[in-house]
Amino acid sequence: MTRIVVDPITRIEGHLRIEAEINNGKITDAFSSGTMVRLIEEILRGRDPRDAWAFVGRVCGVCTTVHSLASIRAVEDALDITIPPNAELVRNLMFCAQNVQDHVIHFYHLHALDWVDVVSALKADPKKTSEIAQSISNWPKSSPGYFSDLQKRLTKFVESGQLGIFANGYWGHPAYKLPAEINLIGVAHYLEALEWQKEIAKVHTIFGGKNPHPNFLVGGMACSISLDDASGINAERLAYVGKLLKDAQQFVEQVYIPDLLAIAPYYLDWGAIGGGLGNFMAYGDLSTSGYRDVGNYKFPPGVILNKDLSKIHEVDLRNDSEVEEYITNSWYEYAGGDGVGLHPWKGETKLKYTGPKPPFDFLNTEDKYSYLKTPRWKGHAMEVGPLARMLVGYASGRPEFKEVVDYALSALNVPATALFSTLGRTAARGLEAKLVAGWGLEFYDQLINNIKNGDTRMANTEKFKPETWPKKAMGVGHTEAPRGALAHWIVIEDQKIANYQLVVPSTWNASPRDKDGNPSAYESALRDTPVHDVNQPLEILRTIHSFDPCLACAVHLYDEDGKHVNKVKVL
Amino acid sequence: MIIETSTKRKTYYEELTAKGYSRRDFMKFCTMIAAYMGLQSSGVAQVAEALKTKPRLPVIWMHFQECTCCSESFIRSSHPIVADIILDKLSLDYTETLMAAAGHQAEEAMHKTMKEHYGEYVLCVEGSVPLGADGVYCMIGGKSSLDILHEVAEGAKAIICWGSCASNGCVQAAKPNPTTATPIHKIIKNKPIIKVPGCPPIGEVMAGTIVHILTFGTLPALDGIGRPKAFYSKRVHDSCYRRPYYDAGLYVESFDDENAKRGYCLYKVGCKGPSTYNACGVMRWNNGVSFPIQSGHGCFGCSEESFWDNGPLYQRLPNIAGFGIEATADTVGKVALGVTAAGIAAHAVATNLRKKKMIDNLISEGKESEQELKAE
Repeated sequence: MTRIVVDPITRIEGHLRIEAEINNGKITDAFSSGTMVRLIEEILRGRDPRDAWAFVGRVCGVCTTVHSLASIRAVEDALDITIPPNAELVRNLMFCAQNVQDHVIHFYHLHALDWVDVVSALKADPKKTSEIAQSISNWPKSSPGYFSDLQKRLTKFVESGQLGIFANGYWGHPAYKLPAEINLIGVAHYLEALEWQKEIAKVHTIFGGKNPHPNFLVGGMACSISLDDASGINAERLAYVGKLLKDAQQFVEQVYIPDLLAIAPYYLDWGAIGGGLGNFMAYGDLSTSGYRDVGNYKFPPGVILNKDLSKIHEVDLRNDSEVEEYITNSWYEYAGGDGVGLHPWKGETKLKYTGPKPPFDFLNTEDKYSYLKTPRWKGHAMEVGPLARMLVGYASGRPEFKEVVDYALSALNVPATALFSTLGRTAARGLEAKLVAGWGLEFYDQLINNIKNGDTRMANTEKFKPETWPKKAMGVGHTEAPRGALAHWIVIEDQKIANYQLVVPSTWNASPRDKDGNPSAYESALRDTPVHDVNQPLEILRTIHSFDPCLACAVHLYDEDGKHVNKVKVL
Repeated sequence: MIIETSTKRKTYYEELTAKGYSRRDFMKFCTMIAAYMGLQSSGVAQVAEALKTKPRLPVIWMHFQECTCCSESFIRSSHPIVADIILDKLSLDYTETLMAAAGHQAEEAMHKTMKEHYGEYVLCVEGSVPLGADGVYCMIGGKSSLDILHEVAEGAKAIICWGSCASNGCVQAAKPNPTTATPIHKIIKNKPIIKVPGCPPIGEVMAGTIVHILTFGTLPALDGIGRPKAFYSKRVHDSCYRRPYYDAGLYVESFDDENAKRGYCLYKVGCKGPSTYNACGVMRWNNGVSFPIQSGHGCFGCSEESFWDNGPLYQRLPNIAGFGIEATADTVGKVALGVTAAGIAAHAVATNLRKKKMIDNLISEGKESEQELKAE
């Protein structure tokens, strides 16, 4: 048996460590550990609930917005605030822009190098590359000259000997299967996507003032609609958003999806690897008639157990025996001991590091071994993310989901069981981007119609002043982060935050074992994964990256009450 | 300080032409960079010359307690050539966010640069370092971030602290700072340090800071607390297009009210522009599309020291000894309603004094920068 450590897992957000035991070329056991903590939940205590969105937005700069969104919804839920339809639509547009942008970045910049061999692209025939590119898409950048120029640039780059971000990759590893020409297409689109991603982010800049970390507002959005002022959301701003959304849809349909379907046929064996738990959960989001109208969600909520698509279980985030967090194997302590699970409204975040003193070679995985807590739904480990959302939508019989999933299955000529895999996870992300890019345009049309009909309200400030709040209030806000189901729970007392807990997608997926020793999604998915060369564990990266790890938010973050005098410099 | 590299690497210009860019593209890039650095048109030639002759610079980019918003902002930097150059032309030899290698191969790539370019690489740090509990709150490859920082800083020519985390600790250092999150300058004392605060900093500010080093071979002129003067010498308030409304006493009273639709000043709903030094009002975000105030939300001062503890977001800035912004706003508010004429005069005097002083300061800072540049 060999025990290997991959730390840092790169091309993710945050600090993740994987230790795996390998027997006869296969992983027999794996341990996932989050190795950085900030305790933002502690930092939030005693602060103004209206400010929470800004603090929790900073738990992650990659899925920037979703935490802020969950936060303002939690506060609005606690204080019973209904926001105007325009604010719902603007939030939906920001969701869509972020989801599509994040999925494209993930596919090209974080995941592609697990499948695309950059060095092999040097051997491609540009003419043949062009023929392939033109056979799979109408995307204009596909001439032989384009690929030939790119290849020349790439050759110079490799010959310089300074490979920068491409240095020390597992190039030439036998698990890379793509023909040189498709590798060259992959590299071309890696660079194009890097250009493209900064465009769609501008939807956030228009409505939220900046990206990363756009601004949100409890009660609505701060970007007033004013067709008669250059500052407000006016015809120019709206036209800008419309163009960005259309360009995004074009990129997804003409670049992302064709590439996905061109690469996947070479890796169909990964349709039977990395399946993992078989339990999937989505909280749902993107309502066409307001966040509270769950029935009109584009992403329906629900739980699937044991890959059984014939039954969708309901999820209730308020029920204190459904979502619970355990710390049996996490570097925390609970007042009630290590064996109990706590519903987030009663959650505790007290650090207790008991791991080895650094520097160390291995963690003691018999004991506590991560800064991630272990969440469970009615005691079950759950996988969350695009695959979970696509499966819940598919199993709910939604035609849009059936259409894209069936299309992909038939294009690749694989059975539905191939969805439960590393390949399925990666494909589901692309199909979801296609759906969301289309929905963004629907929400955009709705927004225009609303304004046309004379509704320009963007915020409900009736309960913005703390004097209007009850003495005690509790709320929960949820959304679907690109990486999966996300919810924040808040307890407000005397106009201040008394408790704040986040249960985030990567906590569901990347957490350590629970009190009964059952693994979470990463650890489960890595079991039985083949590893050709223990010194180049490319296969581990493939499965872990298929979840799109985002660790900074998975570990816990915290505030203390305090009156602070602002320091102002006077010139 | 002069940044030089001894190895024979290709110049930017050679690299660019090799990559298929035309001279015209190159000059466009130089013009953009010169504009960002506030140079006159004659400065374009200087930039172009520098990029033709300066060798490539190895960079190691570390991630500690952070959220990766700085890396994300960096890749949003708007000008195509910048994305290309900065991502691979710098020779970005270690960055956990984008590098292909993982685990020990990733560490190997870092150590190679640390050894081969000892004393010449630039270290970029994203994130704070937790000192609590012997550094166990941030570990990479089984080592504490504190040990890693000391190790990697030793051979660095200079350190760039990206964002508020590395510059002042940011959100994890907000009270009660449970992990003792600590900014870099409090740990590394013997290296030149450039702080580029903001949560995150504007992408073009990040690019501009690096490009200054590449172009001139010197660190940019810094203010008293180590920030590039080019981007942090003005308050958001002083470059805000809504400033005339402040001066006229016209304020948004609550979000989305009639005044908000008219684009009035956000001071009364908590804007911290008057106490925040940053380039948002001038450069704006994401290639100049907007900035927080333009999109209707006050600035919350994300580039300022301890901004998370500087009072709630939606609370007006408090009175300041000797010069009361709040008092002024209220007085002017009344004046706008026609209550007293004396208030107008008082505000005008205060505003003009403040502006004059600011302009004087800027002029003298400019002179200092010029001299520093020559001296280097």
